[in-house]
Amino acid sequence: MLAFLVQRISQAILVMFVISVISFTIQDGLGDPLQQLVGMSVSEEERDALREEMGLNDPMITQYFRFAGNALQGDLGVSYFYGEPTMDVILRHLPATLELVIAASLMIIFLSVPIGVYAAIRPKAWLSKFFMGVSTVGISIPVFLTAIVLIQLFSIGVQVTVFPADTGWGQWLNEFFSTEGGMPSYGRGDDLAHLFGTWESNFFSQTGWAHILLPAVSLASIMLPLFIRLIRAEMMEVLQSDYIRFAQAKGIAPARINFLHALKNTMLPVITVGGVQIGIMVAYTILTETVFQWPGVGLMFLEAITRSDIPLIVAYLMVVGLIFVITNTLVDLIYGLVNPTVKLTGKKA
Amino acid sequence: MKKLMTAVLGSVALAAAPMAVSAETTHEIKLAYDADPVTLDIHEQLSGGMLQLSHMAFDPLIRWTQEFEFEPRLAESWERVDDLTMRFTLRDGVQFHSGNELTTEDVKFTFDRLKVSPDYKAIFRPFSELRVIDEHTFELVTDEPYPLVLNAATYIFPLDSEFYTGEDANGNDKAAVIKHGNSFASRNMSGTGPYQVVERQQGVKVVFERFDNYWDTESPGNVDRVVLTPIKENNTRVSALLSGGVDFIAPVPPTDLERIRRDSNTDLVTMSGTRIILFHLNQSRVEAFQDPRVRQAIAYAINQEGIAARIMKGFATPAAQMSPEGYQGHNPSLQPRYDVERAKELMAEAGYEDGFTVTMMSPNNRYVNDDKIAQAAAAMLARINIKVDLKTLPKAQYWPEYDARAADIMLIGWHADTEDSANFFEFLTMCPDADSGRGQYNAGNYCNEEIDALVEQANVETDLDKRTALLQEVEQRLYDDAAFVPLHWQDLAWAARNNVRIEPILNVMNFPYLGDLVVE
Repeated sequence: MLAFLVQRISQAILVMFVISVISFTIQDGLGDPLQQLVGMSVSEEERDALREEMGLNDPMITQYFRFAGNALQGDLGVSYFYGEPTMDVILRHLPATLELVIAASLMIIFLSVPIGVYAAIRPKAWLSKFFMGVSTVGISIPVFLTAIVLIQLFSIGVQVTVFPADTGWGQWLNEFFSTEGGMPSYGRGDDLAHLFGTWESNFFSQTGWAHILLPAVSLASIMLPLFIRLIRAEMMEVLQSDYIRFAQAKGIAPARINFLHALKNTMLPVITVGGVQIGIMVAYTILTETVFQWPGVGLMFLEAITRSDIPLIVAYLMVVGLIFVITNTLVDLIYGLVNPTVKLTGKKA
Repeated sequence: MKKLMTAVLGSVALAAAPMAVSAETTHEIKLAYDADPVTLDIHEQLSGGMLQLSHMAFDPLIRWTQEFEFEPRLAESWERVDDLTMRFTLRDGVQFHSGNELTTEDVKFTFDRLKVSPDYKAIFRPFSELRVIDEHTFELVTDEPYPLVLNAATYIFPLDSEFYTGEDANGNDKAAVIKHGNSFASRNMSGTGPYQVVERQQGVKVVFERFDNYWDTESPGNVDRVVLTPIKENNTRVSALLSGGVDFIAPVPPTDLERIRRDSNTDLVTMSGTRIILFHLNQSRVEAFQDPRVRQAIAYAINQEGIAARIMKGFATPAAQMSPEGYQGHNPSLQPRYDVERAKELMAEAGYEDGFTVTMMSPNNRYVNDDKIAQAAAAMLARINIKVDLKTLPKAQYWPEYDARAADIMLIGWHADTEDSANFFEFLTMCPDADSGRGQYNAGNYCNEEIDALVEQANVETDLDKRTALLQEVEQRLYDDAAFVPLHWQDLAWAARNNVRIEPILNVMNFPYLGDLVVE
């Protein structure tokens, strides 16, 4: 266990180092941060003085060592735009993103497992075919399009008038396909519950839930079909295996076989994929957050890029790298719990 | 678990309680702009967003009306004493948010701070001092006769000198103008304006509440609370308005104008703007551009009306000069001159019948449809055998390239901070000179000393008619010489729910006077 942790920590340090070097070397391509801070009519002379003051005229290597020196002491620099330490800015935005990811993950877990299992047990049922069809559509529609469609349907509302309104069935169909709208289309709302530190939560009020619902659905839309398919395929494979057939022959109740014996083995690969996907989901939030003006780290990162806020960009990339390392470590630990034959450091048992 | 539930329910009840009280007694409007104020220090950056904030939390000495005239605000009246001096009388009984009384000392404090602000010092360079006469009288003194004293006075939003004097908790001067960092003024404010900032989460929202002791009791404004949310994504901003999530949005993207016009719950207001979009033809990079006939040929080959109609969807006013209507230099006789045949003739006369190849650069997220405009222009130039190698960049990368004059043809948009024609010439067409700062954005390297002399003459001419004639002559000569290729003035658009009467408070400067906003 200790060896495993040491290995992971050194891995994390290496990842951080590589990320910081890469993000530092690309900063020249990100544009001039000063340009975003001053008005157009500020003279070249003024600009040079400010650049000097901010240390932007120093050679790249000097800038990197200054940054790395501070970073080792836990100081990741000050954001040009916010004028505050970058970690403070990130910590302020992180809860919004994490809540979105949590909401989407819950949605994925509680939908994909039953649907996946059902589709594996009854592959020929029309409902299974329907779910599979929908999931193919879901997987092929980009997140931002899903988001825009959701806003149009549930925030603005749609009036359908294609069916003849003078007939009873036409009217009924028009009403059936029209939507009211009224769901909030942007932001987190005003009714947030303060948990601790910078964590303000959407989960404790009705308006909070109303605000998080559409963004979470659109974020989940890309992963949900993937998980349904994964669980279905794994489950079908497990159902073919000998021990299941043996259990069936023994006369154990089908529910017990399916949900206790089969599902447990189905979940092994799902957990591995799931862990990685949670990391990816943090990245996908950039799109979702932009469309819903969700004030999380994704939106913050995108704006940092348009403003060439280099310290913030570097710090964000390092934090995301850290999240990836941590989730992977957790996945390995959980994997060990579910399947005791797996050894963490990869040595033979 | 039980404990947690109680805590949860308790916090919900707490959060809900104040809302229930305020909802019935106040007019609140939700506002969505594409960005929120960068800082609370109005002298830290000169930008549209900062000026919008200035008009909410502060008041200028004078402001522009919709008809481009001056309206007294904190300055009650003014008169010219001599060629160099303008005397102002300050309004009586004006209070700052802190409770301090407004006096000429505050105006002087503000003026001195503007003189050291990197962004504002250029506007106030012609002024030598602000002379305090008594508590309610002061004079603005210039080094030379200066015609734009009142234009500059629209930028003086008096700050509360007592509030901004002294040292903050970290021992730094409260008055310091700091570009990047946590200065006192960037987090705290005290002005005389209709609204006070009561809550601010950068990038999330700013909440304003009406100032109880606001001096302008005749203002029709009845809004007590303004919540400004930045929504950068055009689609989301429009959706938020259509779904009733916000009451007022700006800017409105051209692609959604029709959608908002059709919606029965929203009103759309558009105006012809003052920001000119143009191309510079770099003469030091391309020899052919030194020949006026080639430049004219390009001016004839570009179809401004086509671009305004097709790419901008009518959301732009085709231009043949830089000064928009209402500016002194606007020369009504200048019209777009699209004529491909004439362009081909001129190319032939200049000996470039077979054309040549040039590079072009344009930003792709700075102006409305900037990259599409550049693509269209490149296609139009191909018809007179000028092959264009186009590169479009995000604005963060574009401006360093612009400063390096990295392409033969470069696109730029310009709004005159002084709302005056001379500003266009000073930055865009005068001979580049690093010492005086003239021609800082003249990426064409066009240089005509005769025309420059006319501009300098206009800059010290206080007789309005003579000045107008001079500036109009400058526009005429630049047009004849095809010093640059003007495209259009970008239009402005705002939209609101139809119980919000935005029309009377809007203007082409794009500073909505939200203090006077009426909600029904």
